[in-house]
Amino acid sequence: MNVIVCGKVIPASTVTIEIDANTKRLVRKGVPHELDPAAASAVEEGLRLTEKLGGTVVLVTMGTSDATIGIRNALAMGVTSAVHILDDVVAGSDTLGTAKLLAAAIKKQDYDLVICATESGDSYSGIVHGQIAQLLGLPPLTFAKEITVDGGNITIKRQSESGFEIVESTLPALVACSSGINEPRYPQLKGIMAAKKKEIKVYSAADLGLSPEQVGEKGAREKVLTIGRPPKRQAGKAVTDEGEGGKQIADFLAEIKVI
Amino acid sequence: MAETIWVYAEISEDKITTTSLEMLAKAAEVGAAEAILLGPAPDDAVQTLANHGASKIYRSTDAVYKDYLTLPAAETVAALIQKHNPSVMLFASSYAGRDLVANLSARLDCGAITDVGDFELKDGSVVATIPALGASYQNTSTLLTSGTKLLVVRPKSFEPKENPQALAVEEVPAAASADLRKVHMKERVVVKREGPSLEGAKIVISGGRGLKGEEQFSILKDLADVLGGAVGASRAAVDAGWVPYAMQIGQTGKTVKPDIYFAVGISGAVQHLSGMKTAKYIITINKDPDAPIFQYSDFGVVGDLFKIVPQLIEELKKRKGA
Ligand SMILES: Cc1cc2nc3c(=O)[nH]c(=O)nc-3n(C[C@H](O)[C@H](O)[C@H](O)COP(=O)(O)OP(=O)(O)OC[C@H]3O[C@@H](n4cnc5c(N)ncnc54)[C@H](O)[C@@H]3O)c2cc1C
Ligand SMILES: Nc1ncnc2c1ncn2[C@@H]1O[C@H](COP(=O)(O)O)[C@@H](O)[C@H]1O
Repeated sequence: MNVIVCGKVIPASTVTIEIDANTKRLVRKGVPHELDPAAASAVEEGLRLTEKLGGTVVLVTMGTSDATIGIRNALAMGVTSAVHILDDVVAGSDTLGTAKLLAAAIKKQDYDLVICATESGDSYSGIVHGQIAQLLGLPPLTFAKEITVDGGNITIKRQSESGFEIVESTLPALVACSSGINEPRYPQLKGIMAAKKKEIKVYSAADLGLSPEQVGEKGAREKVLTIGRPPKRQAGKAVTDEGEGGKQIADFLAEIKVI
Repeated sequence: MAETIWVYAEISEDKITTTSLEMLAKAAEVGAAEAILLGPAPDDAVQTLANHGASKIYRSTDAVYKDYLTLPAAETVAALIQKHNPSVMLFASSYAGRDLVANLSARLDCGAITDVGDFELKDGSVVATIPALGASYQNTSTLLTSGTKLLVVRPKSFEPKENPQALAVEEVPAAASADLRKVHMKERVVVKREGPSLEGAKIVISGGRGLKGEEQFSILKDLADVLGGAVGASRAAVDAGWVPYAMQIGQTGKTVKPDIYFAVGISGAVQHLSGMKTAKYIITINKDPDAPIFQYSDFGVVGDLFKIVPQLIEELKKRKGA
């Protein structure tokens, strides 16, 4: 079974997020990047499935040249090869533009299952995977907490508001897995060495049959008008517990007339 | 003429969800509110929608919408949008809502904005306010789509309002194609919970990684019992497997707006804050005086939760008894 994992490489969690006042976009240039933890879980899921059932796992990512470090990380985890959509014209793509590029890149591969994460770690719109599924005509299985593949059938345990659901479909399909689905492995030295020889295919928007009008800033339907800090809440009182902390909270509850 | 605003209404636990009614209130405020309700629902569901501002309800009771995820509903909604062309369509930031919007935006080749906290109409375009980057920023965005604008709205963004309209229901044909029956909902498992629901509770007591394990969450349950509250959690506690996802508060969990929110052993990551920072009072217990959560607290105690919470429970029992 051949698996495609769609995952993003994002500014590292240690980076304080800055916004470019002109473009109103996240500053991505010159900050350290890492494989999105959500993408790492999707990769892990792909590896576990193919370790059991055979086949390949190909990472598909769209991003700047800063993405290379995250791609290497996925390759070192055990991914077979990677596809990198790298092109200045795709900067500023909205969700649908992103989905069109990813879908076009996936179409060029041989696959039975596409695995995404429910949300990317930096934009978390949570809809790119659903758009990819529709563009490729794949049944979307979302919010997966567990994935089982049996022959041509796929079953997931799907998170729900009141518990969980058992949802099934047939391959080819797209699954979006939720956070906490697994604990992604760390790359081992052997994997890191092997990664150096693995293939990274690079596509431009034109390679994928998409014109600059369809993607990036120009193709985007969503336009950011303003961006700023939301109103801050006034921090209240804080005390240090010197053996009376619990009682002091009870006093506060009495003060606001809860007890 | 007033702009037509559609609301995708959802049923949960045999009732129209509160978020559906919140969206209707906002829709009726900015234009003519109409609702779409697909799948089996109790008889009074359409009346509830009309009572809360829906001047028209597009309705199919077919079970296909319950038994098969996303695709049948997307087909029906897309057809209705193409026929009636409402200015805006609102969906809840729920599992069904997000899946549906993703599908519809690809199907109709139009934009969509998720995580919307508020919006207004300006000269036929929509301007939405969105907490960005885990609520550390806030932006306003617009959609350049000429047709219907799809918005995914955060729960608790608006107040539901009684706003009775004459009941007008239009039956719509169910999505029939076998092609749409691809994602089969085989079984729904409801995980039983005790006490008040998180969404409705006046007092929410949430625990995070500081609780250190599953068993320790019981002290929060004890506190909730004394106060008549519900227990929530941070994602760290959920991902660690200590408590079910249904308890997660935040960006990717539930949004709550209680009178009192206790953050116990929670650092106050932006993604957590976005699910609870509109609480009336926030009370924090954390051993790290520099934890960001203190910036948002009305009352905070710096110290060990395992000492402070039991003392608080004792004290509350004592005062109640008195
Ligand atoms: C896309 C995305 C979506 C996310 N969505 C959510 C979401 O919906 N909800 C959510 O909560 N998080 C979410 N997160 C995760 C979020 O970024 C944080 O990682 C998470 O909220 C941290 O949980 P925590 O505060 O429990 O853990 P930590 O940050 O580890 O904090 C634990 C705290 O406990 C305190 N502590 C430890 N021991 C004690 C003790 N004995 N007594 C008192 N205090 C103690 C520590 O001082 C510390 O402040 C999301 C992240 C991403 C990237
Ligand atoms: N630039 C990208 N490269 C690869 N995959 C992506 C990209 N953007 C989004 N995705 C996929 O779509 C999912 C949802 O993303 P989002 O809608 O941004 O929350 C992510 O978890 C990825 O699986």
